Amino acid sequence: MDKKELIEALKEVAQPYIQDEEAFRHMTEETNFIDDLKINSANLVDIILDVEDKFDIVIEDNEMEDMLTVKSTMAIISRKLQEK
Amino acid sequence: MSKRVVVTGLGVVAPNGVGVINFEKAIKAGTSGIEYFESLKEMQFSCCIGGVPEVSEELKLKYLTPLQLRNFNSPGILYACMAGIDAWYDAGFSYAEDEAHWESGCIFGTGISGVEKMREATYKLDSGKVKRLGSNSVAQTMSSGVSAYLSGIIGLGNQVTTNSSACATGTEAILLAYERLKAGKAERMIAGSSSEQGPYIWGGFDAMRVMTYKHNASPTTGSRPMSESASGFVPGSGAGAVVLETLESAQARNATIYAEVMGGAVNSGGQRSGGTMTAPNSTAVQHCIKSAIQDAKISPQDIDLINGHLTATVKDPVEIQNWVAALGREGNQFPYIHSLKSMVGHCLSASGAIESVAAILGLKGDFIFPNTNCEDIHPEISSIIDKRKIPTTVIYTEEINVIAKASFGFGDVNACIIFKKYKNG
Repeated sequence: MDKKELIEALKEVAQPYIQDEEAFRHMTEETNFIDDLKINSANLVDIILDVEDKFDIVIEDNEMEDMLTVKSTMAIISRKLQEK
Repeated sequence: MSKRVVVTGLGVVAPNGVGVINFEKAIKAGTSGIEYFESLKEMQFSCCIGGVPEVSEELKLKYLTPLQLRNFNSPGILYACMAGIDAWYDAGFSYAEDEAHWESGCIFGTGISGVEKMREATYKLDSGKVKRLGSNSVAQTMSSGVSAYLSGIIGLGNQVTTNSSACATGTEAILLAYERLKAGKAERMIAGSSSEQGPYIWGGFDAMRVMTYKHNASPTTGSRPMSESASGFVPGSGAGAVVLETLESAQARNATIYAEVMGGAVNSGGQRSGGTMTAPNSTAVQHCIKSAIQDAKISPQDIDLINGHLTATVKDPVEIQNWVAALGREGNQFPYIHSLKSMVGHCLSASGAIESVAAILGLKGDFIFPNTNCEDIHPEISSIIDKRKIPTTVIYTEEINVIAKASFGFGDVNACIIFKKYKNG
């Protein structure tokens, strides 16, 4: 999966939770889930679950702490997919 | 004319002490009630530590009959009965003989009752065995089971109900009972709250990643309110209870008075302006504290000690900011502040009641229980209040006259109550 596909896939995951349509339309690697997309921090765990389902991977507690931006999330997903 | 309301009885079932005497000893010493549970590890919990009161089978029989304990699987109800009955006897009362105590009631809260009992029932129901539920499934799983069992044992004949407002439940219960007494609708009320323990209560919080997973090897240092290294709350359980009574009733029977309830407030942030299902609206928190002060007819300067909500999540500095803003006091002008959660964890729906019992014991016994596990105070806290206001060893002092106790809960709900040392007259 290349970067473009990955970011598109992540967009699908994030879509139900976002509270800022404008920021979502312009979502880039630099986008922060809470600060930019205004996602309720409690929903981050739901995003993690959806990521696990979509990519068939398991995210550990300590990895989750880093998954606040699109970039860091993509990095973790890519690494997990390579390890598979 | 509204009545003055005082506290004349206490009862507590806490992870670090069952019964008022053990509990008082534990909170003075800073004793932790948090342990590691292999059973949680086996169920793949991230946080495998928690606080559970130690209650022997023998002790249970002092409160519930063998028949009541037959097929009993609702520890929240047990804790409520233990704390409530202890408080009732502590106040100098006994069980009603034939007729109910018409002037005595109970407001005893909980988040949920009998989850394990409900789980048993679900398995039976799903395998087509509805009749196997027997007679006690409803009583042990209804929310009001806590107040129903307790009032039935004692024979309470005034209002008997259960309130529920997440982690603000206990503080709210005491305020609701206070308001009833103040209005002259009862002479005495048992008020408190309970929370049971275990995977079926704590699982949802573990999934939200709001409990710490970093202290499975060091349980007693896991609950770290106000600490820079706080990494989530540690779940607890138990119950706390107070007997509230009109001052005239207490005086008429020459009762020992622990403290006076001066007033308080409950409100909600409406899940607006930063408030959500799980996060508090700071404006509402400040408003609640200010309203409580106003209701108690005191000034912010009168508060000597804050018994905080302070759960050991990343939100503790926000709570301190809210106290600073609401009281208009900071630095060395800020009152003393402490959190019982460093010793017992976050006892969820029981927290407000257990923590209120701790507050009242301190007022009566002239001590400030210590904060543990906050040797590394969060810089966002030490930058606005003087570190010396966060005692880490017990302080014996007669200078504490007024305590503000606050609790905040999911649903963006807040409660703040003001207790004052009772002086004759």
